[in-house]
Amino acid sequence: MTEFLQQVIIGLRIGSVYALIALGYTMVYGIIRLINFAHGEFIMVGGYTLFFMIPVLMGFGLPAWTSVFAAIIICAAVGVLAELLAYRPVRKKGNRMTALITAIGVSLILQNLAQAIPFIGPNPKAITQDIFQSGRIDLFGVNTNWTSIFTIIIAAFVMVGLQLFIHKTKIGRAMRAVSENKAASTLMGINVNRTIVITFIIGAGLAAVGALMYCAQYRAVMTTMGSMLGLKAFVAAVLGGIGLIPGAMLGGMLIGLIEALVTAYISSSLANALVFVVLILVLLVKPAGIMGRNVGEKV
Amino acid sequence: MSERAIVLKTEKLGMMFGGLKAVNDFNIEILEGELVGLIGPNGSGKTTVFNMLTGLHIPFEGEIYLMGKRITGMKTHKIIEQGIARTFQNIRLFGEMSVLENVKTSFTKDVKYNLFDTMFRTPKYFQIEKDIEDKAMDCLRIVHLDDKAAFQAKSLPYGQQRKLEIARALATDMKLLLLDEPAAGMNPTETSELIACIYDIRKKFNITIFLIEHDMSLVMKICERIQVINFGNTIAHGFPNEIAHNPDVIEAYLGEEAVENA
Amino acid sequence: MTDLRKKSLRGVITNVIMVALLIIVIYILSVSLSDNNYRLKLVPIIWHLCIFILLGTSLNLTMGFLGQLTLGHMGFMGIGAYTAALSSLALERAGLFIAKTAPPLQLIGVMLGCSLLGAIVAGIISLLMGIPALRMRGDYLAIVTLGFGLIIENVIANLPFAGGNGLAEGTASANLYQNGLGINSRLQAQYVYFPILLTIICVAFMFMYTTSKYGRAIKAIREDEIAANASGINATYYKILTFTISAFFAGLAGGLYAISTSSLTTGTFTFANSSIWNSTFIVVMVVLGGMGSLTGSIIAAIGMYMLNYEIKNGAWVAAMPQFLQSIFAFPMLIYAFVLTIVIMFKPFGLMGTYEFSLRRLLFRKSERAIGGEAK
Repeated sequence: MTEFLQQVIIGLRIGSVYALIALGYTMVYGIIRLINFAHGEFIMVGGYTLFFMIPVLMGFGLPAWTSVFAAIIICAAVGVLAELLAYRPVRKKGNRMTALITAIGVSLILQNLAQAIPFIGPNPKAITQDIFQSGRIDLFGVNTNWTSIFTIIIAAFVMVGLQLFIHKTKIGRAMRAVSENKAASTLMGINVNRTIVITFIIGAGLAAVGALMYCAQYRAVMTTMGSMLGLKAFVAAVLGGIGLIPGAMLGGMLIGLIEALVTAYISSSLANALVFVVLILVLLVKPAGIMGRNVGEKV
Repeated sequence: MSERAIVLKTEKLGMMFGGLKAVNDFNIEILEGELVGLIGPNGSGKTTVFNMLTGLHIPFEGEIYLMGKRITGMKTHKIIEQGIARTFQNIRLFGEMSVLENVKTSFTKDVKYNLFDTMFRTPKYFQIEKDIEDKAMDCLRIVHLDDKAAFQAKSLPYGQQRKLEIARALATDMKLLLLDEPAAGMNPTETSELIACIYDIRKKFNITIFLIEHDMSLVMKICERIQVINFGNTIAHGFPNEIAHNPDVIEAYLGEEAVENA
Repeated sequence: MTDLRKKSLRGVITNVIMVALLIIVIYILSVSLSDNNYRLKLVPIIWHLCIFILLGTSLNLTMGFLGQLTLGHMGFMGIGAYTAALSSLALERAGLFIAKTAPPLQLIGVMLGCSLLGAIVAGIISLLMGIPALRMRGDYLAIVTLGFGLIIENVIANLPFAGGNGLAEGTASANLYQNGLGINSRLQAQYVYFPILLTIICVAFMFMYTTSKYGRAIKAIREDEIAANASGINATYYKILTFTISAFFAGLAGGLYAISTSSLTTGTFTFANSSIWNSTFIVVMVVLGGMGSLTGSIIAAIGMYMLNYEIKNGAWVAAMPQFLQSIFAFPMLIYAFVLTIVIMFKPFGLMGTYEFSLRRLLFRKSERAIGGEAK
């Protein structure tokens, strides 16, 4: 039983990271109906920013986790650049498929560019510093580490904060309005393009927080770290119901739990495949995801 | 009148969208060769009726019969095979394809050659392709688009795009033609051309037409019978002159106008 | 119409010229192949080009003509390659076939048979995948096919008989050199016409497919699925059929790959990696050539493969400054840039849906007068 609970905590920890990243996918999809393939690469950008900033900030005597603010700024900048330089021009000209191909292109550019830059390179780099308090603790008889506890708590705070932001602030209302109907939002005096840029900033910022949690646990960064992570986070977003913020949270936690339990009790090499099997099964029963409503095309 | 066959019959047809009744208890009988109009204010559920008749929406309740055969809940392409064809309120052409190809696609279900004939270009393939090309040109001739056959569909002006949709619908070899606001966005000249075109089609094909229209002058001019719906409920049906003087209909339309002016 | 006889005469003339051109190409090829120097360079290029042309054109069927983005095309190629390799290995273990000493007819028979088997298995698996996957909306399909590609890779890597390491290692590499279908370079040169003819036949089939009622139906679905349904087209049927045919040809390409390669690894059939053997490269190829243009895909396949070949082997790359060379060490970076820039300025690829046509080239004026074709 304690072993099972231990796996559940691991699952919740992985799930928290997926949920934070899934939020970025789901918000961008909700607002411009685009699967932002490059979102996984935002995590990678965040990871490398952390790698370079942690020694610097620790040199100033600051705790390691403060480097996440630098990561948020860099990730947001990359996100805004991707939107302004690639997505917006294509959105005006092409259809949804061409927009999706652009996103794949941006993702490949970021990933391969990182490999081509000499001081980053294709080889993984280790993070030697502790990001959170090291060591293990005993929580109600279940042995776990501080990193897991911090990860889950931070994720919970961020999600509650995001929910409040979306529902209580003016910008949040604008985001919801644009995702419902772009044309009508424009008529209501909402600056649609600015709202989209803000969405990219928030999404990329969440990816940076996700990168912090990833680095705290795995203590390494590599240029391909975002691909599989991003893909599974996207699966989480679709599973929960894409475009829905609670859906992304639920989906992320579910995928994390499935992955942890499959790895522990079945086979670690099948975990990735099983995540997709679950997605396909859920979509067959509920095409719009667990929390999604099925809305047909307007005729 | 009585010896004519009933082409379309619906019984207590209803549709729900998220707890809202879009169409309620819709009953209609259309006889062979008739031209019936369906009118009503915006959002009254007219297009929803068409969508149910063509299988784009599965009816929430009620039944649809075509030539006495139950077609409720069938897949769209199956319903088209049974003999209903339709056009769309917001034009849905295959924009990148040529005008001729747009019409040819409607013959796909009737084309009897298979992958083998396609691969080896058997005489059967050429014969069938020639046949459908001729038939497609016939359909285009009816709507006076035969000289535009090689044009890209999306390059046509608006009025001609609407006509091309009608030609494409005609090519499915139907018994009942559903026209969803055929004159929407047309200027008076284009509308009168369209009316001539509809008369032509009826004369040549002897088909039954069921149409939705906002242009009252067009409806009153060409429809033999009219059914009026408002908020999903049928509020009147009868001959055009009866409808024009029906107090409920006037109220429905004037009421809408009053709201619009407010 | 009255011009029908004129038209069919033109068709005959075009076909005769096409065959004549083909004979000239084959003659030039046979002359250059008799030179030992050229042969060593040319033969692997020809085999690879045929594989890429098959992959590009077959992906264009789903991406360009059907308008559905699929990101797991290489997965089907993987199924084809492993099926062909394992079935030929089984034949050899049964003592029925040795590639090195097999008589020509037997070798061709095995090559063709095993590749076709690979294609059929890929087709069947794509059919089983397509039935649930194609019910989903367009952009979900991209993710689901990407997931399917990963599952295929994952499953093959976990098959004990495909690797030898099996479940524990999680990586499979069927070493087929000298004991399976993977034929050596001498035999590859000897049978170089096998992939060429196979590719010509397959591409011809795809041309026939896209210009028939099938092509019209899937283009209509691409333009507007609801309107296609309302024109009596069974969209689901044509989608699944096209998806299956596309996977079939990818499987066949896999068979050719198994023949021309000494060993297989699942890393070849993945979504993205540092070489050009991945699904993304094929997507780039289709986009570049034009979504909906088979000739575009062929030109893009040749162009991009040769560009990559030059980047890898060209003397001019070695003569460039160091920092450019380090960029060229990551060819996918260049392709990603090319992809993004092309799609920004020409969203439907360089050729769009335009097909290069010998017939139109020959009879441009009179064809336009008859008005048989669009534009």
